[in-house]
Amino acid sequence: MSNVFSSFLLGKLTLDSFKHDPVQTGGVVIMMLVPLAVAGLLFYTKRWKWLWREWLTTTNHKKIGVMYIIVATVMLLRGGIDVIMMRVQQATSVGSSQGFLSANHFQQIFSAHGTIMIFFVAMGFMFGLINLVVPLQIGSRDVAFPFMNASSFWLFTAGMLLVNFSLIVGDFSAAGWLAYPPLSELKFSPTVGVDYWIWSLQIAGIGSLMSGINFLVTIFRMRCPGMTFMKMPMFVWSVMGAMVLVAFAFPILTVTLALLALDRTLGMHFFTAGAGGNAMMYVNLIWAWGHPEVYILVLPAFGVFSEIVPTFSRKRLFGYTSMVWAIWTIVLLSFTVWLHHFFTMGAGADVNAVFGIATMIIAVPTGVKIFNWLFTMYRGRIHFASPMLWFMGFVFLFTMGGVAGVLMAVPAIDFQVHNSLFLVAHFHTMIVSGVLFGYFAGLTYWFPKYFGFKLNERLGKYAAWCWIVGFVLAFAPLYILGLMGATRRLDHYSASLGWQPLFIVAAIGAGIICIGVGLQVLQLLISILTRDWNRDLTGDPWNARTLEWSTALPPPFYNFAVLPVVHERDPFWATKHADKASGRPQYRPFYEPRNTSAPIFIGGFALAFGFAFVWHIWWLAAVALIGLVITVINRLGNDDVERLVSVHEIEKTEAELAARRQFA
Amino acid sequence: MTRQKTRKRLKIACIVAPIVAVLAVTAWYLHRTSIPVLQPAGEVAQKERNLIIIALLLSVIVVVPVFATTIMIAVKYREGNHEKRNLKYTPDWDHSRLLESIWWGVPTIIIIVLSVITWTSSHELDPYKALASSRKPINVEVIGLNWKWLFIYPDQHIASVNLVEFPKNTPVDFHITSDTIMNSFWIPQLGSQIYAMPGMSTQLHLVADKTGSFYGTPANIAGKGFARMTFTAKSVSQTDFDRWVASAQRDPKRLNTTAYNQLARPFMSNQVTYYSYVKDDLYNGLVMKYMAMPMSNGASNMPKSGDSSQSKGSSGVQGMYMQ
Repeated sequence: MSNVFSSFLLGKLTLDSFKHDPVQTGGVVIMMLVPLAVAGLLFYTKRWKWLWREWLTTTNHKKIGVMYIIVATVMLLRGGIDVIMMRVQQATSVGSSQGFLSANHFQQIFSAHGTIMIFFVAMGFMFGLINLVVPLQIGSRDVAFPFMNASSFWLFTAGMLLVNFSLIVGDFSAAGWLAYPPLSELKFSPTVGVDYWIWSLQIAGIGSLMSGINFLVTIFRMRCPGMTFMKMPMFVWSVMGAMVLVAFAFPILTVTLALLALDRTLGMHFFTAGAGGNAMMYVNLIWAWGHPEVYILVLPAFGVFSEIVPTFSRKRLFGYTSMVWAIWTIVLLSFTVWLHHFFTMGAGADVNAVFGIATMIIAVPTGVKIFNWLFTMYRGRIHFASPMLWFMGFVFLFTMGGVAGVLMAVPAIDFQVHNSLFLVAHFHTMIVSGVLFGYFAGLTYWFPKYFGFKLNERLGKYAAWCWIVGFVLAFAPLYILGLMGATRRLDHYSASLGWQPLFIVAAIGAGIICIGVGLQVLQLLISILTRDWNRDLTGDPWNARTLEWSTALPPPFYNFAVLPVVHERDPFWATKHADKASGRPQYRPFYEPRNTSAPIFIGGFALAFGFAFVWHIWWLAAVALIGLVITVINRLGNDDVERLVSVHEIEKTEAELAARRQFA
Repeated sequence: MTRQKTRKRLKIACIVAPIVAVLAVTAWYLHRTSIPVLQPAGEVAQKERNLIIIALLLSVIVVVPVFATTIMIAVKYREGNHEKRNLKYTPDWDHSRLLESIWWGVPTIIIIVLSVITWTSSHELDPYKALASSRKPINVEVIGLNWKWLFIYPDQHIASVNLVEFPKNTPVDFHITSDTIMNSFWIPQLGSQIYAMPGMSTQLHLVADKTGSFYGTPANIAGKGFARMTFTAKSVSQTDFDRWVASAQRDPKRLNTTAYNQLARPFMSNQVTYYSYVKDDLYNGLVMKYMAMPMSNGASNMPKSGDSSQSKGSSGVQGMYMQ
């Protein structure tokens, strides 16, 4: 009887779910320390109320952007710890030595590494930067749907928390970051690991889809007067391309995950081996989302470079129209290449060749973008600040990775490197140098815009060098290992293969990257501690060109006291070099979205719902779902969601900003 | 002046020396280590290696100018250099039809060339295409199990586990499936991997042009025994192969339903074993098993072999995957 009761109350959850081996316990302790330290700090400084009022319930795009970046940074550290464990395991688990991780634990770690790095680091940095920059660049006061924006963030955070819960309760998926069936089906993965994977991605993915729609509408509807499409900053164009991809690709992910969840939860047979299920269908569907996802991540990073290179070259972006065409070519093609992830499935020569050729064609617009950046630098006055250093690292590494990509686009070559470490090295080259370097450059570049002081340049440059050198050391061996026949995801290999020296070099490279990450953390801390010495007084620390720098620094909550009117592509650069027009600005009152606690409750209920589904605690799932629906209905019925900001308030804020500048 | 020069030279030496050292050590290491993909032992791998080299050379046409111009532009137009030399600075120059046509055009031409190569090589090296040879191919049916590979020789009526042997210069026609998690079957030195999927039968045609033992590996994550699921592919002379077949045919073990179910249980094993008898149509039965509904016992096209025993097996199997 008590058994029935406890299984109703707790589903599959038992005391055993909390038991771990020593290595895993270490992970639990580390992951628990972070929230405990934060909570302790908040109690100590009595900042709970402030946190709730100013941050957790905010609908302001700038604060949401900052919160995205904080979450992504923490997850970068978590994913980084995974890297160290994998690299140590592969450097030591040779021949008779079995390494310090069990096979299953190792597989959980690489699955978590991929999932976290893509969904909660890259996507987090991306949406963070987009939130921070896009509304300011298009001369808008906020995004189109601020409440939806906050909800997206809290769904993203709920997904992130669910992944990390798996460290403490139960286990995580050991089926790789894309969880191919039949391995991910209940028969071969009977624990809750894959369910954690499904529900954390499902929740975060719905948040991403909402963000995609939100920013599409924002870019279409909220541009300031005069900003026609062909006058938009290139970052905005890139984001627009990426958000079109989000809007079309993420529904595929949602459906695919839902079908897999039905298989696992209700015993259906969409992807099972046998009974009419078809795992090949899953592989097709997941990559029909997965390949556009790569471009979702990389397009905004290209956009960042398109802002940084002109600014630091003191020159207009070269080939603006070419750039726009390149973006849309990439957007279109990115939906036509998914099959190149499984040439080895045996689809036949015609199909393979068509998808291989489509893949290669993407190299053309990507190459065009690189040449345009180079010729933006040509006859410029290049100032090599740390964002430019990230860019230079990107050009070299990304081009090399691109060559590897073109090789693998030839199906007959892919047969020999598919699923090998060559492939692993290729996509890490693209995602680390293309995506991560781009976002690091963007964060360094826009940091002073939101905080009023620059990050320490010297430490930033050291960090960039560590990343670049460490990256080469960590991944050059992997290219070679792939050609030696080393497949990905090996927790052990035979000593006679002679792979160990290369794995050791790769581990050293990973260590150097870790030093780079350490330097970045140090850079942030030192920059905050010494902020009073390097406050920016000009409002234009980089001699920039686009609209976001025309407002105060840090900007007031409404961004622009008077919505700007734009006449050219680099409006801020143009005003700097024109005679200042005088005259009192004409302020007009406007509506500002009020703070609301609904998004954090939506996130909380989604988290509870996901957790309940993972552990089959059906009453909790029902309660959470009802709570979520009621929260949304309640919010939709609320008419008082905006506050009128009076001319008086604008005048007061502007006077304060002016006084701050004067004082400085 | 001279001191400055020496210092500069010293600086350059400090950068160049470690790079040279690293390259030297790398070269020495690579020289004494085998790189199967680049050291092919068969026609397919040979052609695939040549493709790698051709595609690499074509890419170099774009990459070298990119790297050269990047370094040149970055060095020449850096801020500090403007102060020393009177360099051109054109802040408003932002497009050139000619230049942009070049970098839309040249890569397009290269991609067209590569596309032709892709199209022809995809057909030529289609894993499903039989290889031209005067010798009669050997048929091998490959079944991915947890965590070992079962090789059935339907014509010789033998089977082996974790070792696939064949005469050199004789094409081997592999039919590949899995009776468990999806996997990928790869012998790097012979070329082309292909997926092993339950309920599907994929094909692969390979040939070895020299004798030797080659590393065979699973290439798609397949549960906790994945890393230890390696096998050996052995190319031998025709007489050695005949001798090997004869010895396997004398092996007392027989691959009937019981023995198969015993073998199909999930356990890790690199042990090589032989079977002197293979139940008729075992391979096709395993593929077709997944086409049928579980627990149904009347499907006419379904060999008796797999289903009843297997569904019993699989329910018993579940516990094995628990951690």
